[in-house]
Amino acid sequence: MAEARQQNMIEALNAALDLQLGREPGAVILGEDVGHFGGVFRVTRGLQQKYGSERVFDTPLAEAGIVGMALGMALGGLRPVVEIQFADFIYPAFDQIVSELAKYRYRSGAQYAPQLVIRTPYGGGIRGGLYHSQSPEAYFAHTPGLRVVIPSDPYQAKGLLLAACACDDPVIFLEPKRLYRASKAEVPDEYYTLPLDRANVVRSGVDATLVAYGAMLAVAREAAMLAEGEGYDVEVIDLVSVAPYDLDCVVRSVEKTGRMLIVHEAPGSCGFGGELMAAVQERAFERLEAPLARVTGHDTPFPYTLEAHYLPSAERVAFELRRLVEY
Amino acid sequence: MSQPPFAILNEDGSCPEEFGELLEDEALLRALDTMILNRVLDERFLKLQRQGRLGFYMTSRGEEATTIGSALCLNPDDPIFLSYRELGALLHRGVPLDAILNQYIGNNRDLCRGRQMPVHYCYREFAIPSVSSPVGTQLPHACGFAYAAKLRGTGHVTLAFLGEGTASQGDFHTALNFAGVFHVPAVYVIRNNGYAISTPESVQTAATSLAGRAEGYGLRGWRIDGNDLLAVTNAVGEAVERARGGEGPTLIEALTYRVGAHSTADDPSSYRSDEEAARWQQLDPLARLGRHARWRGICDDERERAVFRGCEERVSALVAECEAWPPPELESLFADVTAEMTPQLSAQREAYLRFVASRETDFEDVP
Repeated sequence: MAEARQQNMIEALNAALDLQLGREPGAVILGEDVGHFGGVFRVTRGLQQKYGSERVFDTPLAEAGIVGMALGMALGGLRPVVEIQFADFIYPAFDQIVSELAKYRYRSGAQYAPQLVIRTPYGGGIRGGLYHSQSPEAYFAHTPGLRVVIPSDPYQAKGLLLAACACDDPVIFLEPKRLYRASKAEVPDEYYTLPLDRANVVRSGVDATLVAYGAMLAVAREAAMLAEGEGYDVEVIDLVSVAPYDLDCVVRSVEKTGRMLIVHEAPGSCGFGGELMAAVQERAFERLEAPLARVTGHDTPFPYTLEAHYLPSAERVAFELRRLVEY
Repeated sequence: MSQPPFAILNEDGSCPEEFGELLEDEALLRALDTMILNRVLDERFLKLQRQGRLGFYMTSRGEEATTIGSALCLNPDDPIFLSYRELGALLHRGVPLDAILNQYIGNNRDLCRGRQMPVHYCYREFAIPSVSSPVGTQLPHACGFAYAAKLRGTGHVTLAFLGEGTASQGDFHTALNFAGVFHVPAVYVIRNNGYAISTPESVQTAATSLAGRAEGYGLRGWRIDGNDLLAVTNAVGEAVERARGGEGPTLIEALTYRVGAHSTADDPSSYRSDEEAARWQQLDPLARLGRHARWRGICDDERERAVFRGCEERVSALVAECEAWPPPELESLFADVTAEMTPQLSAQREAYLRFVASRETDFEDVP
C-alpha cells in the first residue's frame, strides 16, 4: 500500500515540485519571491533550501522577463517551471507567451520545442478586487500551441502539475487560489501523473449536464445537490483542461441529458463557455432538448465589495438549471 | 557631445600595430569573402523580390562588418539570437546557401516548412534559434539560454543582436537587467543603423549613447564603429572572452548605417537625404576591409573581382535549383503546433481536407 497523506492544494503542489526537482536535473523554478520566501502562497516553500539557489530562485519584478528568460532556458536544455504571482499580473508576459512560447515549435518546424510550465494562481473569492481575482483562461485557450490546465482538488493538482512538467508542450497551469487551503484530500506521496486533456464525470445524472473547471467545480457540485433536492438528476463534468478540451466527454453526456450548462468565473462574452456551447451544438444539435446555457462572471471588471454578486454561486447555477430542465 | 566611437582601421586601410594580429590573414580574408557573398546575395534577392519571385526581403548592406565581425568571435556552437538583419552572421556560421534561400522562398525544403516570411531564420544545427517579427523578444531568450549554459556548465556564450529602435522595447530593459542580475555569459550587440523603418534614433532616445545604458544595468558598455570589422572583432571578442571566463555580460553599441531600405515595403528617400547616405557610403565596411586587406598585401582588385564573380555564379545556380522545389505539403499547415495534434485541430483539418477533396480543380488554385 503506497503512502498517502491528507494535503491541501498548496501542500500537494509543493510535493509535486519537490518530486520534479528531485527527478529531473534540468528542472528549475523561477519567479517573484519563490526562492527563500517560498512564494506569496508558499507553494515553493523549502525548495530553494533543498535544491539550491541556482535551481530555485527569485527574479527581478518583471513578468515578461521571467517568461522570456525561462523560454531561453528551455531552448538551452532546462525544464523551467515559472510562477507568475497572480494571473492578473501575467499580461506583461503576454507577448512572450503568445508570440514566442506558443509559436516556437511551429515556426521553427519543430527544430526547437521549448517546454515551460507557467503556474499562476487565478480566480476570485478571496476579496482580491480587480487585480487579484481574474480568470484569463480564454486568452490563452485562443492561442494555438498552448495547453491550459486547471485543477480542482489537491490530488488532481499534484498529478496534473507533474504531467504538465513531463509534457512536451508549454502549459499554462491555472491554480484556483480560492481552493488553495479550502480543503484537504488524500494525496499519495509517490510520483504520479494524470491525463492533461481528459475531462472527468464527477457526478452522473440524466436530466442536464453541468460543466465546470477549477474553483467552479465545487459550485457546480453544490448546485447539483440543490437540483437534486428539487428532483433533478444533474451530471457534473470537471473539464480539467480548456486547451485542448475533451469535447467527446461532454458530447457523450449531452447526448444522454439533452441539456448543457457551463459555469465559469471569467466574463461571459467570448469566454470559454461560448466555445464549448458552439462545439457542443455542432456535434449534438439534434439531441438538444433546450438551448445551451452558461453562468459566468459579468462583462465587468472583477469587483471588490460586490464580488459575491459577480462570482457564479450554487444558487444562481441551480436557478439557471431549473430554467433549463423546465424548458 | 558623446565620445567618438572606438575604431581601429585608418582611412588608408592601415591600422595601429597593436591590432595588427587581431585577425590572422586567413580569418580576415574569410570575413572579406563573406561580406562579398552577403552583398551579392542582397543584390540578387532584392532583384528577385522586385521581380515578384520572393514575397519579401530585407537587405543588410552597410552592416556586414557588425554582423560578420561579431559572429567570427564565437565558437560554432555558441547560439546567436538574431534580430533579422544579420545574414552575414549566418553566412559566417556556414549555414548552407540553399537552406537560406529555401527559407526565403518557403518551399518544401525549408526547415521551417514555409511558415514564416523571408529572413525569419532558424537553423538549430548551426545554433541559430528562431527569429520572430515582434522586435526584442529574443533578448530575454539570450539571457535564459546563457543561464542554462552556466548552470549546465556547457561553456556556451550567447550573442544577441538588436537594432537601436529595439532598445526602446521593454524586453530590452528586462533582458539587460536580468542578464546583469544573473551575471550570465551573454553579449548584446546593438546595430545602431540610425533608423527604425523611418524613425530616426533621436526619436527613440534623448540619450547620446545607447551603450551608456549598460551602466544602469551593471553591465559593461562599449560604443564602437560598427563599420570597422577590426573594431567589432576586438570589442565583441573581448566581451565573449570575458563572458566565457565568468565575468558577465556586455552591451555593445555598433554605429553603422542601413544603406538600403528597411524592407522591400519601404522607401527611404521620403525620410532621409542623399547627402547622408553618401557620407556613410564613404564608410562602407566592405571597402574599408578591402583597403585593409590590400594594405596587408593579401588582396588586390583581381582577387576581389574573382570572389565577386564566384559568388554570383554560385548564387545563380542556386536560385534556379531552389525555385524548382514545390511548396510545402498541405499537411504541414497543421503539423508542429503541439507535440500531438489536438482533437480540435484534428477536426478542423479533416473538415478542410474534405473541402479540398470536394473541389474539382487542383489545390494550387485555392486562393
